[in-house]
Amino acid sequence: MQPLKRLASATAIGLLLYGVGLWLQDGLIEYAQRIVLLAGINVILAVGLNLINGTTGQFSIGHAGFMAVGAYAAAFFGVKLAPLVQGLVGSGALADGVTFNLALLVGALLAGLTGLLVGAPSLRLRGDYLAVVTLGFGEIIRISFNNAQFLGAATGYFGDTPAGLPAYTSFFWVYAWAIAIVLLISNLTFSQTGRSLAAIREDEIAAEAMATPTTRLKVLAFSLSAASAGVAGGLFAFMQSGIRPEDFRFDKSIDMIVMIIIGGLGSISGAIVGGVFVAVTLELMRDLQQYRLVLYALLLITIMLVRPEGLLGSRELPALLRARLGRKRPVGEAK
Amino acid sequence: MSLLSLQKVDKIFGGLRALKQVSFDVPARTIFGLIGPNGAGKTTLFNVITGVYSPDGGRIEFEGRAIGGESPARVAQRGIARTFQNIRLFRSMTVEENVMVAGHHLHRASLLSAMLRTRAHAEDEARLKQRARELLDVMGLVKHCRDVAGSLPYGSQRRLEIARALMLEPKLLLLDEPAAGMNSQEAAELERQIRFLRDEMGLTVVLVEHNMAVVMSVCEAVHVVDHGETIASGTPEQVKKDPAVLAAYLGKSTENGA
Amino acid sequence: MSTLLQQLLNGLSLGSIYALIALGYTMVYGILKLINFAHGEVFMMGAYAGYFAALALGVQHAGSAGFPLYLAVLVLVVSMAAAALLGVTIEFLAYRPVRSAPRLTPLITAIGVSLFLQNAAMLAFTPNPRPYPPILREVRFELAGVIVTNVKLTIFVVAMALMVGLTWFIQKTWTGKAMRAVATNIDAARLMGIDTDRVIRATFAVGSALAAAGGILFGLDQIMINPLMGVLTGLKAFVAAVLGGIGNVRGAVLGGLLIGLAEQLTAGYLSPDYRDAITFVILIIILILRPQGLLGVVRPEKV
Repeated sequence: MQPLKRLASATAIGLLLYGVGLWLQDGLIEYAQRIVLLAGINVILAVGLNLINGTTGQFSIGHAGFMAVGAYAAAFFGVKLAPLVQGLVGSGALADGVTFNLALLVGALLAGLTGLLVGAPSLRLRGDYLAVVTLGFGEIIRISFNNAQFLGAATGYFGDTPAGLPAYTSFFWVYAWAIAIVLLISNLTFSQTGRSLAAIREDEIAAEAMATPTTRLKVLAFSLSAASAGVAGGLFAFMQSGIRPEDFRFDKSIDMIVMIIIGGLGSISGAIVGGVFVAVTLELMRDLQQYRLVLYALLLITIMLVRPEGLLGSRELPALLRARLGRKRPVGEAK
Repeated sequence: MSLLSLQKVDKIFGGLRALKQVSFDVPARTIFGLIGPNGAGKTTLFNVITGVYSPDGGRIEFEGRAIGGESPARVAQRGIARTFQNIRLFRSMTVEENVMVAGHHLHRASLLSAMLRTRAHAEDEARLKQRARELLDVMGLVKHCRDVAGSLPYGSQRRLEIARALMLEPKLLLLDEPAAGMNSQEAAELERQIRFLRDEMGLTVVLVEHNMAVVMSVCEAVHVVDHGETIASGTPEQVKKDPAVLAAYLGKSTENGA
Repeated sequence: MSTLLQQLLNGLSLGSIYALIALGYTMVYGILKLINFAHGEVFMMGAYAGYFAALALGVQHAGSAGFPLYLAVLVLVVSMAAAALLGVTIEFLAYRPVRSAPRLTPLITAIGVSLFLQNAAMLAFTPNPRPYPPILREVRFELAGVIVTNVKLTIFVVAMALMVGLTWFIQKTWTGKAMRAVATNIDAARLMGIDTDRVIRATFAVGSALAAAGGILFGLDQIMINPLMGVLTGLKAFVAAVLGGIGNVRGAVLGGLLIGLAEQLTAGYLSPDYRDAITFVILIIILILRPQGLLGVVRPEKV
């Protein structure tokens, strides 16, 4: 698409998001608003994780660690940056917007860097071993934050004021970032790089024989997915009054895995569906109190036993809809 | 000048000496056969040449430069492409995509331009797709280009592997049992394609094969190994009559008889 | 010096418990190439089984000497049996159906089972920690400046006895040999007429029983048990199995002892805050430097 057309589309979408955001603020109760925000954050988590677990086939189960890095980094820098920005442009929506997005970028960057540091040595391992190492790293990261006094240690980080972290996160920003990340990752997936990642998943030895720089690409995908989790972490941080290491336990990593499994490992649209599903389900199940997690676990087991490929398998929604709506099925499409 | 030169190559796995002082030279633009009974070490030779394993002794030279111990991706970049004995396609990807994966050198746009969908990226994709189609055409697979690779019949899968290897624009092509599972008609077509690769595309081909008809018909020189060692070397005619070769094969069934 | 000895003693005692649990992980991985994430929860369930068994047998009425030996042994045996049953049930319901699926599916299923058991336990037993019943009344004595309790001694004795028993079982009995055969090559074992399903069941049963023993010993040592005790301890025991070489029985014992020592020494000489982290650091180091573990062998992939 030409630059002008793109700018026009982006503006249109931006206005739409803004409008919907305003409407939701008035129309929905706070409880529902929270679900909508969490759904958007989950989409970012899921699409990011899907890049490494689904598309590249390298299974990581410690991504909560990257979310934590993003959350803490964004929270800390956001809090420190705010007065500086306000000094430059005065306080108000502009300053908030600038501070917020800069903080998110810092969170994404540091999370991505952490992903690089974790991925580089780990991605030589295969299958189960990689999963366990990522689990280990996720725990180490959480334990580190638990012991970091300047970030509040186990009590958590609540910013510099008694009011807690500023509530920057809004419908507009969550979904603007979600759309941007989905587009970027989607474009990546359907490009030569994405093909190479899929080739690594299918047969790493053959991919190598075809001159694919497998290690470099695996680390790249891992870092990008970590950065994505970092953005989600930052968005999450600024919708709470504070963040604690408890928010980023192994459970959170499992949530992310459930998201991509439900939708179908390898499918971006599946990850979106899964992300929304988990946000909605977990919140709706809150009424069930202590039965919630038992049912959640049973759900996971049932999916693996009955339909491990998830709702969409590795296919994307557009292709699926095309087939279902009776249009000619592409020749040889996998069942 | 030999394109590929192996000099006293050894490979040891634990207690097993899989390759013992194997030496041969492959001149450029020739079709070279590598035969021997099952388990003789032919695929191990391929694996050592392409960097899957490091040699434990000896020297491997490609275009005069030593390449022993380099990574598979590096070896592929140098211009050596291969197919696999047990077919290693990217099964859930389409035929076209399988070939395009090997097109890294044709792909000039950066990652960022892919993520932002710039014009440079679109041109890249078009170039890759076109080249892939051309190669699929050479191997007679163009009409399947949108099919899922795993759904192709066996013989077509083998040909797809060759098309994919060709995408690397190699100088040397290592084919591991390309005629396996083919009937005589398909095998004849394969022979024609291999000659085409040498004559029209200037490639050098090293062929591991059990199908003696194909070997005798298409190879200019043949090297015979058994238990990791060279037992004979020469033209197909010479090797066919060599008593050591006959002894090695006696009692072992050859697929499509010599 | 006495502090060092004390730490070593405590570390070995803790490590013995890890070893018992690690054996379960390593045996199951050896035959199924599956990381049984739920094993930590079997350990937890075993501890609770011991708790309830002791109560049922009237431990609260025991005199100052604690439980009579035969009742303590009964508690152990009952819990081990219960855990064995749990392990076999898990295998049958959750792992067997996905045995032929790509490796990822059983991994996630195992995680699901683990979560399920944790939360079911929280429902059934309430999340509150409970003190372990006084099956053994603690007796302390000093030896070379080191405080030794009968609990620690019991842990050693029981753990050693069980490990020796296991070794005998694997080397001398038919089932044990079958287990080793299946671990080496499951297809060949099947072709030799071995009922692989039965062997797999036996492996889960034995591993779970050992974990339950570990759970009871843990309860005796640490006093407080809670439904989530299996999470961290299970993970550490898994690291121990990997450290020793996953699939390798001797490795599991070695790994367990090493992790116990490392944890205790870190807590004693560095800081108690890092006692959990050290295990993960060891995990990462071993997987990066020597993924096959200390006693494991590298299995090259056929190309």
